[in-house]
Amino acid sequence: MLTGMPGFGAEYMGDHGAVNIIGAGFAGLSAACLLAREGFSCRLFSVQPSERAQSVLAEGGLNAALDTMGEDDRPEEHYNDTLKGGVFLADPNAVKRLSEEAVRVAAWLQELGVPFHMKNGRVVLRNFGGQKKKRTLYSRSSTGKIMMTALIDEVRKYEASGLVERFPHHECVRVLIAGGSCFGVRIKDLYTGAVCDYPGKTILCCGGLTGIFPGMTTGSALNTGDLAACLFSEGVVFSNLEMIQYHPTTLGIPGKRLLVSEAARGEGGRLFVMRDGEPWYFMEEKYPELGNLMPRDVVSREMYFTARREDCGDTVYLDLTMLSDAAWEEKLKDLREELIHYFSIDPMTGPVPVQPGIHYFMGGIDVDIDHRTSINGLYAAGECCSQYHGANRLGGNSMLGALVGGHAAALNIINTEKAGDMPEADHLTGSGLYPVSPEDDPALAEASPVLVNRLSDILLEGLGIVRDGQSISAALEKVRAAAGENPDYNLREKNRLILAEAMLKSAGSRRESRGAHYRSDYPETDENFRRTSAACYEDGEVRIAFRSIPERRES
Amino acid sequence: MKIILKILRRKDAASEPYWISIPYETDEAEFSVASALRAINEDTERRDVNGEPFEPIRWECSCLQKKCGSCAMVIDGKPGLACDAMISGTGKERTVTLEPLKTFPPVADLIADRSSMFEELKKLKVWSPGGLKLSEEAEETAYDASRCLQCGCCLEVCPNFHAGGSFAGNAALGPFTRLLAELPKKDNKELSASYSKYVFEGCGKSLACRDVCPAGIDIDRLLVHSNAIAVWRRKSAADKVKN
Ligand SMILES: Cc1cc2nc3c(=O)[nH]c(=O)nc-3n(C[C@H](O)[C@H](O)[C@H](O)COP(=O)(O)OP(=O)(O)OC[C@H]3O[C@@H](n4cnc5c(N)ncnc54)[C@H](O)[C@@H]3O)c2cc1C
Ligand code: SF4
Ligand code: SF4
Ligand code: FES
Repeated sequence: MLTGMPGFGAEYMGDHGAVNIIGAGFAGLSAACLLAREGFSCRLFSVQPSERAQSVLAEGGLNAALDTMGEDDRPEEHYNDTLKGGVFLADPNAVKRLSEEAVRVAAWLQELGVPFHMKNGRVVLRNFGGQKKKRTLYSRSSTGKIMMTALIDEVRKYEASGLVERFPHHECVRVLIAGGSCFGVRIKDLYTGAVCDYPGKTILCCGGLTGIFPGMTTGSALNTGDLAACLFSEGVVFSNLEMIQYHPTTLGIPGKRLLVSEAARGEGGRLFVMRDGEPWYFMEEKYPELGNLMPRDVVSREMYFTARREDCGDTVYLDLTMLSDAAWEEKLKDLREELIHYFSIDPMTGPVPVQPGIHYFMGGIDVDIDHRTSINGLYAAGECCSQYHGANRLGGNSMLGALVGGHAAALNIINTEKAGDMPEADHLTGSGLYPVSPEDDPALAEASPVLVNRLSDILLEGLGIVRDGQSISAALEKVRAAAGENPDYNLREKNRLILAEAMLKSAGSRRESRGAHYRSDYPETDENFRRTSAACYEDGEVRIAFRSIPERRES
Repeated sequence: MKIILKILRRKDAASEPYWISIPYETDEAEFSVASALRAINEDTERRDVNGEPFEPIRWECSCLQKKCGSCAMVIDGKPGLACDAMISGTGKERTVTLEPLKTFPPVADLIADRSSMFEELKKLKVWSPGGLKLSEEAEETAYDASRCLQCGCCLEVCPNFHAGGSFAGNAALGPFTRLLAELPKKDNKELSASYSKYVFEGCGKSLACRDVCPAGIDIDRLLVHSNAIAVWRRKSAADKVKN
């Protein structure tokens, strides 16, 4: 339950310690709001303030079956589209929760004053990829930024009342784990260099694995992936690591890939290549029903194959010249400005050359429906965890997943505390913080950009849009060779090498094609692989196991 | 193209600042300050103009597409975003100077501690008391106001702002304006009073801030809008304020 939830009352205040939240994007802010509203205090750690989180980059919108467009949409259809988009790899019970909570999340955001686009007193919904009905709320082309502003204002209220304490230039360098339980977190103040341990249950909201592929993704440089790598090497279970979403329409700018939002195609944009001197609108020809708005994995793959055809040019273009002035003004203003600023291309007058780029990580920290990880007292929500999106995330579902996930984790903490079910970790609660001397923990030393970039190049060879056993094995060999080369790698470097191995082994073990994971040596989807790939690091070895997906429970 | 980056360095908050000049060469005809800083830091052979090796330059960045305000600094004497500031060839070798924002306490190299901006909003109680009402009239203003990056560039050029003073500066304008646009009149008294005292009264309307705002926020319009609601108490007049 998200809105209108009765307070649990003040009797629970004070007799439990503060919850640590790592990351202040949608997932972190959502968790903080619910905890604070229920009288629970939390510490909100982030490398930089919320205004700088990747969440502010989201453009296109947020899915919720509000049915304001007279299309008879319902959460059940949102559920169906999400499961189908993820090629039935997601937990149906979690997706059911997502699609139902979506309606409440949308109402909550409106209560917070997010200026979603409205007409005649009702929220306007737009089309987004992989969905047949209009279901996406938006605020021009900066939906993420506009939603974040409202959430930041809301959290500020709780900061002032002392329930939320912000640590906005603080990096979590490790989670303190012993005997299968989380005891707290180790935090470095990036401004002063001071290092401290903070006890308590912890919700990880630290974003996707962007920093494993520096310069090659649409995301933010803040999400380095170091914490994920550290957690994995400490034995935390990760799942579906092979599922990496390539967004079909991106352009390279220094240090990253610039996204051309799916909204541009939602408004009528058409992909084409030149064939015999004529533009060929390949998506429309091959997929008459959804055309340019097929799920992202399908579009990226079609672009990959089409650009390699002998009879076609090797550049794919996005034609946006037919969009109305109103669409540019009301929905895609920032996009046009960016294309002119960085590329001197005016999309109103000429086509935009686009390429697929890494955009979202469906895989990550393995969590259950309540966002509990394999470690007691440790939760994960948002893009850092693997939930809701299966083998492919639908546009508009990830901000939603982060908001619902943050709430779900917070709610589970609230409920377990309420039930007096204190996990072991709580013996540290309330005992204050413990300064650590910087020399004490090797996790504090940064990874060298040389190794980071090299690993990224190797991973891209094995984890491209189209993969096969050979390219994956070759990449794995290179990772092992790199690992063997230098016994003096620092801890973060070693952790990255281990995580890289897990990503490649996950891809190698899934001998089928499903969603974002396309293997040219196993091009078919295999029902036997309709299972979660779970990766774990044990006794110095990366192990991959496949776990069956829960059946949908009747409600 | 070849340029010299002249950067004001400082090891930490307590150390004295000093200048370093770094040669930077690229094939690109046009590039951003951010891409130059990234390239220099990733170069393991980096040397200054005197051939001396140096530690990576500390600066903050996140989105690299001028949407997060992280990389604000003073570029050739003017505050701006490193990922926005483009350097293009002029034929002859030129020098580009980089300094941290000076309105805020220094942290290290190009990083300044902008915490006071966020503390200020907390102190002035800039949040919703509940009961926000979305209306089509308010949508545009609320949208524009929500776009503020909290980068601090406007505070850097404002003649009336100084950290710790009673004027919050225009970094507070966006957050105030969104809430004032959306709150029903009966619920906005406290916020209006706070706005009048800490934004309206301190601002001299020179609009130096508008010219540097990297988000291109129409500060003038937001001011007129919020003044109408908070100072003149005329919400209907505010609704008529258009672009
Ligand atoms: C260009 C772009 C457009 C997008 N458009 C859409 C869209 O239209 N619709 C949609 O639904 N989704 C969209 N997404 C995806 C969506 O924005 C993200 O998946 C979502 O915002 C992730 O939120 P989060 O809370 O998990 O993490 P993030 O917003 O990534 O935040 C991560 C937080 O963790 C902090 N952090 C990281 N590491 C550490 C550490 N070690 N210690 C302390 N703090 C740390 C960071 O500082 C940050 O505060 C888009 C993404 C991009 C990049
Ligand atoms: S208008 Fe002038 S006085 Fe007012 S905030 Fe801008 S720079 Fe400062
Ligand atoms: S008003 Fe403009 S310059 Fe000032 S903080 Fe906001 S975005 Fe930055
Ligand atoms: S890095 Fe985000 S504005 Fe420059």
